[in-house]
Amino acid sequence: MQDEQRLAELRQKFGRQPAAPGEAQTPVTPREAQPRFRGLESGHRACQGCGEALAARLVMESAGPDVMVANATGCLEVFTTPWPQSAWRVPWIHSLFENAPAVASGMEAAMKAKGRNTKVLAFGGDGGTYDIGFQALSGMLERYHNILYVCYDNEAYMNTGIQRSSSTPHAATTTTSPAGKERMGKRHLKKDLLSIIAAHHIPYAASASVAYPQDLQRKVRYAMGIEGPTFLVVHSPCPLGWRHGSALTIEVARRAVDCGLFPIVELERGALSNVMPIRQPRPVSDYLQLQGRFSHLMKPDDPRAAEERDHLQALADYNIEVFGLGGDGRDPADTAAQSYVGRGGPAAAGRN
Amino acid sequence: MREALEGSQAIARAVALCKPDVVSAYPITPQTHIVENLSKLVAEGDLHTEFVSVESEFSAASVVLGAAAAGARAYTATASQGVLLMAEVLFNIAGMRIPLVMTVANRAVSAPLSIWNDHGDSMAVRDSGWIQLHAADNQEAVDTTIQAFRIAQDTELPVMVCMDGFILTHTMEVIDMPDAAAIDAFLPPFAFSRQLDPGDPKTLGTLVSPDFFAEIRHSHHSAMVQALSVITDTDSAWHDAFGRSCGGLLTVEGDETARVGIVAMGSTVGTLRTGMAHSAAEAGPARLIKLRAFRPFPTDALRKAVAGLDHLIVIDRAISPGLGGILGTEIAAVLADVPDAPRIHNHALGLGGRDIPETIYADLMAAIKDPDAPAFSVFDVDLNKLAPEDR
Repeated sequence: MQDEQRLAELRQKFGRQPAAPGEAQTPVTPREAQPRFRGLESGHRACQGCGEALAARLVMESAGPDVMVANATGCLEVFTTPWPQSAWRVPWIHSLFENAPAVASGMEAAMKAKGRNTKVLAFGGDGGTYDIGFQALSGMLERYHNILYVCYDNEAYMNTGIQRSSSTPHAATTTTSPAGKERMGKRHLKKDLLSIIAAHHIPYAASASVAYPQDLQRKVRYAMGIEGPTFLVVHSPCPLGWRHGSALTIEVARRAVDCGLFPIVELERGALSNVMPIRQPRPVSDYLQLQGRFSHLMKPDDPRAAEERDHLQALADYNIEVFGLGGDGRDPADTAAQSYVGRGGPAAAGRN
Repeated sequence: MREALEGSQAIARAVALCKPDVVSAYPITPQTHIVENLSKLVAEGDLHTEFVSVESEFSAASVVLGAAAAGARAYTATASQGVLLMAEVLFNIAGMRIPLVMTVANRAVSAPLSIWNDHGDSMAVRDSGWIQLHAADNQEAVDTTIQAFRIAQDTELPVMVCMDGFILTHTMEVIDMPDAAAIDAFLPPFAFSRQLDPGDPKTLGTLVSPDFFAEIRHSHHSAMVQALSVITDTDSAWHDAFGRSCGGLLTVEGDETARVGIVAMGSTVGTLRTGMAHSAAEAGPARLIKLRAFRPFPTDALRKAVAGLDHLIVIDRAISPGLGGILGTEIAAVLADVPDAPRIHNHALGLGGRDIPETIYADLMAAIKDPDAPAFSVFDVDLNKLAPEDR
């Protein structure tokens, strides 16, 4: 009851107020007109087409307003909080690169001690999550804090200028895994973080993609309702680091899912509970060819390129098999990934 | 109530009296008894707090950071390697000016591995921007711990209470444990002006460009200097409430007319006091200066305390290899422009738990008579234990 009152107060304070009768309507942008809680405000300094900024906005819309955020060092922190400005409409703290889960643990302990239900969120990139903050994350999950941890996975250290992380896919080039006469990009595999998270047997863990915003937001809402640790990894393309056009963020993200390289799955207590099926898997090269970080794999006469392409295709096929992502073929009602949706329903879908 | 308590047990009881909302720690010798006793108080229902047993000191410091930022009274304790593992977070806590309290059970830093006492750990984070107070005995450690919560709140700065590992933490002493109601009157409920609150959202820990960084460092320094008076005021208030004092920033005892002074921090003060009582007749009298506040540094108080001295022996329980004593160097710096400043004899003593006997008083007093003595020495070193090329 107390919480409902509190939420009503917050909505009153931060929600849009209707104009009084007779008062001139101030023009609003379509974005402002959206009846959503804006936890992450526009006007921040992210690059054009930033997948992480989009993902964070979607997460905040579903999570807010009675939340507080612990944010690891990284692009999200830097582009949202250049002093004295801030793009956050929720209490937000950044401490260090590797301690967001521990800072969030302390915030959650404080809420418990004070008998408050404000949900604590922790945000990190793949560097802060897969690598340097990994120990703190494991501790947070093991201690069963009531925290939703969101990893915005753009598969390299983008904030420092595109260096490889343990989340960088095999064969991708970064500034510390360049391709050359002796190397074909990153030599190692992308760390299977979700399996490690699963081993903590937390109530809920899932992967999501900015290409599927409804799915992402449903997962955030589901996690918000759980009392205990929950984990979400969101595939968030970085146009600068992946070297694709800023307008292609969603397309690139969608192809990563549709080829099987980034499986969209849900785990409850560590067991696979749901997957997003791929009705018609696309070849991995459809995904690779959009991105400069894989351009060395698209050289027609290089046998090493063919070998690495096969390697990545095998990894995608493996994901489709182990997670059971294979759909039952093309559904005429399925308009996903179509360049346009024809009027008139399923019959028109055949044209694409 | 007066009772015989082990130092760590007394600290745990003192912390419990302050009713922290969140306690987080990771075990390390010689801090373990503190967190064990706190855990026991929680298990018995005598302390209602969120006790977060973390997977590293790094996370312990991060947890109390987050807790205090979210408006909770928070406490942690560590030592030695733990202090160093926390180092990045300690600078961050202070830089964000987050009020919380940490006990450091002072212990040497590896390598070589040593679990015994010296001040190498807290000295390593000297410039982190924390208030650092040193306790000379367990009663002072108890009183300073409680005062630290009030100082942290009043200054919005983190406070580190340093107590010598084993020498204090593992020693039974008769402690006058304050009454809970009196502590409730002394220590107001926790409040932090910039706390995270969905009703009034603030952004903490932002990216700061060169346009603002110097101003923020300046204001931190300024807040530390202003904390000097908060430390003395809090100790006076403590005296008013409990009839005893920890000595504010520093205390002067011994022979007021003596021409020789000795400055020390922590339990060494007690050893020197006893040594002086036993051998002042033969070795000569001294003015004993017990330094309680190391950060902020009590420059003015120290200048006053050494007025009229010919010699000042400065005891360091740590070393800055390649320079010498840390406290000695700092005292030399603050006395540099004082006319007729005493000659400084800086010695490192008791490193890595080396016993400091009462006879050290007479030895130190004798050493000032050597006109060729170096400005700094590891006083109790036995060069015969080293190969000639290592001496």
